[in-house]
Amino acid sequence: MNSELIEEITILPGRNRQGNPENFDKITIKPGNTISIVGPTGSGKSAFINDIEIFAENDTVTGRTVLVNGRCPPEEYVRDPAKKPVALITQNTKCLTDMEVSEFLEMHIRSRQIETPGVLKKTIDLANEFTGEKILPDIKMTSLSGGQTRSLMIADAIVISNAPILILDEIENAGIFKDKVIEMLKEYKKALLFVTHDPLVALMSDRRIVMKNGAVEAVLQPNGTEREALEKVVELDSILCRMREEIRAGQLIRIPALT
Amino acid sequence: MKLVIIAGPPSAGKTAVARQIIRHRGGSEKIAFLKIDVTRAFEDKELADEFGIPTKKIYSGDLCPDHTGVMIMKDAISWAEEENADLFIIESAGLCLRCSPYTTQALGIVVLSAVSGINTPLKMGPMVALSDIAVITRIDLVSQAEKEVFRERTREVSPGLDIIETNALQGTGIRYLLRAIDEFPEITDPEKIVLRGVPPLGVCTICIGKKEIGWQKHFGVIRKLNDADYMYRGD
Repeated sequence: MNSELIEEITILPGRNRQGNPENFDKITIKPGNTISIVGPTGSGKSAFINDIEIFAENDTVTGRTVLVNGRCPPEEYVRDPAKKPVALITQNTKCLTDMEVSEFLEMHIRSRQIETPGVLKKTIDLANEFTGEKILPDIKMTSLSGGQTRSLMIADAIVISNAPILILDEIENAGIFKDKVIEMLKEYKKALLFVTHDPLVALMSDRRIVMKNGAVEAVLQPNGTEREALEKVVELDSILCRMREEIRAGQLIRIPALT
Repeated sequence: MKLVIIAGPPSAGKTAVARQIIRHRGGSEKIAFLKIDVTRAFEDKELADEFGIPTKKIYSGDLCPDHTGVMIMKDAISWAEEENADLFIIESAGLCLRCSPYTTQALGIVVLSAVSGINTPLKMGPMVALSDIAVITRIDLVSQAEKEVFRERTREVSPGLDIIETNALQGTGIRYLLRAIDEFPEITDPEKIVLRGVPPLGVCTICIGKKEIGWQKHFGVIRKLNDADYMYRGD
């Protein structure tokens, strides 16, 4: 595990695609913070999270610098997975590793040199809270559905990687209980960065980073002004979730859902 | 002049890694590039057009491309020296996985794709074990857990191996590879360069074009289904 406590991560500005400096002084992220990264396709969202994941030192296309506790982080934060404080859950909803779930997790536990018993079961149990389709330990990773893969990867990041910073790239499009995920991650005091197009995820975050043309265009801090909108989104989302489950179950939807 | 030898299976991203090296170092030093392939290769032209550097390619045809590489390597080093190169990159064809074209006095890089099978590093043996650095590409396509599991597998083949994870198209993580090249010494004496490992055996009548199946029809170093060892049957 990390010997140093991660108190904050600081992102220093780089340049947009035309080479002009970005529109912020610095962005600071602390444990427990939730941040959404929004913007159209090709606006630079992936490059932004990539800079954080590898702790850019003005050596990526964006020219950004990412500091840990105000300093350039030691190399092992990037190169030694067991010391890496960032876990990225990619958009990818397919795991290509041809192993059983338990075998895969055991190997990951071994690579992290974790000796606490019960970690494997805890990971699968947590994953099963995020998805409605039960994950069994002896199923092949390659035959997990998109939602199951995502759920397992998030649970893995929390329990096995135990990373203080989690980056979740479009968790909404994978058929998981996203509100449950956010709630659980907040409980574990993680710093969360969501790349998202989802109103619920975006409005549940404390801050929104708006991307445009390869650069940070604005950092929005709603400070409660979006509370009413969030309430509405939560309501709509629960209606949609219920309808989705009913449709999946083969039912006809007759009752007007809006109450 | 420094020598870098890049090996790895087809489509693992060898050229993408070479391109990153050239992009980052080409401004301050002269780089020469050689591609060894079997029937077709385009890398030499692509890199020459893109970076204006001296490039060459050689087709091995019916010969094992790594054997071809070994045969022509001294000529190739002389060529690169005539071109006044500071850095000479040789990219292997990347075929049978048993190969390991690495030599002494050269930095050996194996390029692996993170989306290849989990057992790929185990299947490759010496191509991984005799390399100095494993560059794992397409890292952007897998989750943190998959990265770590793939890494663990690679380490099973070679416990002390230096592993660099990268999205070679973007160049993430490539800084560590550039530093390893910085720290690697130049060629001291081309006459003394030797292979690090023994290449696979290739001496039987299949090698010279006999098409029949079954060991009974062949001479040289042959093998039966239920025999653990190779045997030699002279003509």
